[in-house]
Amino acid sequence: MSEQAMHAASRVSRRLSRRASLGQSLRHSLTMAYRGLLKIRRTPEQLIDVTVQPILFTLMFTYIFGGAISGSVLDYLPVIIPGILVQTVITTSVVTGVQLREDMDKGVFDRFKSLPIARISPLAGALLADVIRYAIATTLTFAMGYVLGFRPDGGFGSVVAAGLLVIACAWAISWIFAFFGVIARTASSVQGISMLILFPLTFVSNAFVPVDTMPGWLRWFADLNPVSHLVSAVRELVNGGTAGTDLAVSLIGAAVIVAVFAPLTVRAYMRKA
Amino acid sequence: MKNEQWAIEARGLVKVFGDKRAVDGVDLQVRAGTVYGVLGPNGAGKTTTIRMLATLLRPDAGTARIFGHDVAREAHVVRQLIGVTGQYASVDEALSAVENLVIFARLLGLGRDEARRKAEELLEAFGLTEAARRPLKHFSGGMRRRLDLAASLIAQPPLIFLDEPTTGLDPRTRAQMWETIRQLVRGGSTVLLTTQYLDEADQLADRIAVIDSGRVVAEGTVDELKASVGASSLQLRLRQPEQADRARELLRTVLRTEAAYAAEAGRFTAPMADADQLGELLTAMRSAGVGLAEVSVQKPSLDAVFLATTGRGVEEPAHAGEEAARNRPAKEASV
Repeated sequence: MSEQAMHAASRVSRRLSRRASLGQSLRHSLTMAYRGLLKIRRTPEQLIDVTVQPILFTLMFTYIFGGAISGSVLDYLPVIIPGILVQTVITTSVVTGVQLREDMDKGVFDRFKSLPIARISPLAGALLADVIRYAIATTLTFAMGYVLGFRPDGGFGSVVAAGLLVIACAWAISWIFAFFGVIARTASSVQGISMLILFPLTFVSNAFVPVDTMPGWLRWFADLNPVSHLVSAVRELVNGGTAGTDLAVSLIGAAVIVAVFAPLTVRAYMRKA
Repeated sequence: MKNEQWAIEARGLVKVFGDKRAVDGVDLQVRAGTVYGVLGPNGAGKTTTIRMLATLLRPDAGTARIFGHDVAREAHVVRQLIGVTGQYASVDEALSAVENLVIFARLLGLGRDEARRKAEELLEAFGLTEAARRPLKHFSGGMRRRLDLAASLIAQPPLIFLDEPTTGLDPRTRAQMWETIRQLVRGGSTVLLTTQYLDEADQLADRIAVIDSGRVVAEGTVDELKASVGASSLQLRLRQPEQADRARELLRTVLRTEAAYAAEAGRFTAPMADADQLGELLTAMRSAGVGLAEVSVQKPSLDAVFLATTGRGVEEPAHAGEEAARNRPAKEASV
């Protein structure tokens, strides 16, 4: 090692800051996201769920329920594509929590904790990198719909807007699973808890079927379910090109989730240190 | 800045895990620009102590200041002053060496080009350039350790924590690591290292704290610690073991102390208050006609310190290698 470099090292006068600024926090998070992307590139097999699931589920649900619910496959597509999109992308966000747990068990998180960086950045970065997963799932679901004959009336622009909405909401929801990821002891228990929440949330909604035939109490829940609002918002966008209260409710809901779970998760992460 | 001369001041640090007091009231004072060794067996509380000082664990009681900054209240400031190299390499297994260093450098605020330059520079300094782009999965333990240390030096922190930096390394890599640590100190850095190896502490550290069951049981310079268990130790090997009784008698008269005799080796070991007594003893041996095969005077080893302070020896890990297993005496006078 060059001795001069070392000598210079110790004499560097340091400007010490009390805490990471907002700009720094953002930069740290983006660097962490870059790390996540590098990891995805190194282990592309991680992407199997976001590539196979949209294709398989879209095919299955469309042909199984299409005739029974809407009379024909083609008539069912405007109903099911938004539904399956929301369900697939939200399911994908569970993986975020599982992977976070696995990642945190590795030694590198010790170094992150010893660096003068914003405490939220290792978490925010990991969640941010997963946006790429949601984007893949979203694109494939719409592409699959197109292949099956879905031609959204809202046009291409509104499809993109709907995609972005779903990705943003999935990112927000992934904070919930990140929280489980931080507090759980093993990756498989994260998977377990998350699925337990996810199944009622995605199925007791308007994602696959109209809610009118559900018993009153179930329908009450389905109407309240934020997943239903998100699905409705996506349907309005892609089928009519319009944005309504469901869109607003979805975005507000997403913001509330982040506002509650991001601090909770960071606090749990710090305590676990 | 006040307290600048103290890199570390810890008072009464306590960490409890369940019903085990892993660290039970540790005090440490480390002067800036020195190497401080924390010596102790596995499970003594060394790593827990380092983790508290490095803001990775919150102390249950006690305080610690790094260059005058409190580890609990000013953690963000402390993190700008330290580098931590853990017992298990804290680098990203899925990425390459370059990618690891670039990411850490970016997190520390370096620009894109600057980060890349810094990474190349460190890889070169640690002899990792050739392997720079390979995934870490294929790295040997020594390479991982080197990369880990390189990562700790990106921000050129004035205080570096090394938790068992050479555990599990082969003798040659150990020697390289020691040289690197010496260079760091020549450059003005302060180093706190933990070790289970007596000779490592002996070789590198200016001061040592011996820690056992979460408490500091002895503290001082290497020489002070050795002196605390007595002066020198005399070893004699007889040419003819049958003269053992006569030799014992002479040792008793001249040194006025009882000598231990290992019959199978034909060797006496006796504490000696004053090296001057050696001449007198040798003259007496010659006039009595006791033939000597070997005579040596040694400083007491850190092993003896450990034995005296904890009541038991240090078990060296099995893979420590010959270098470590041998606890070399610091000074040896053979006749």
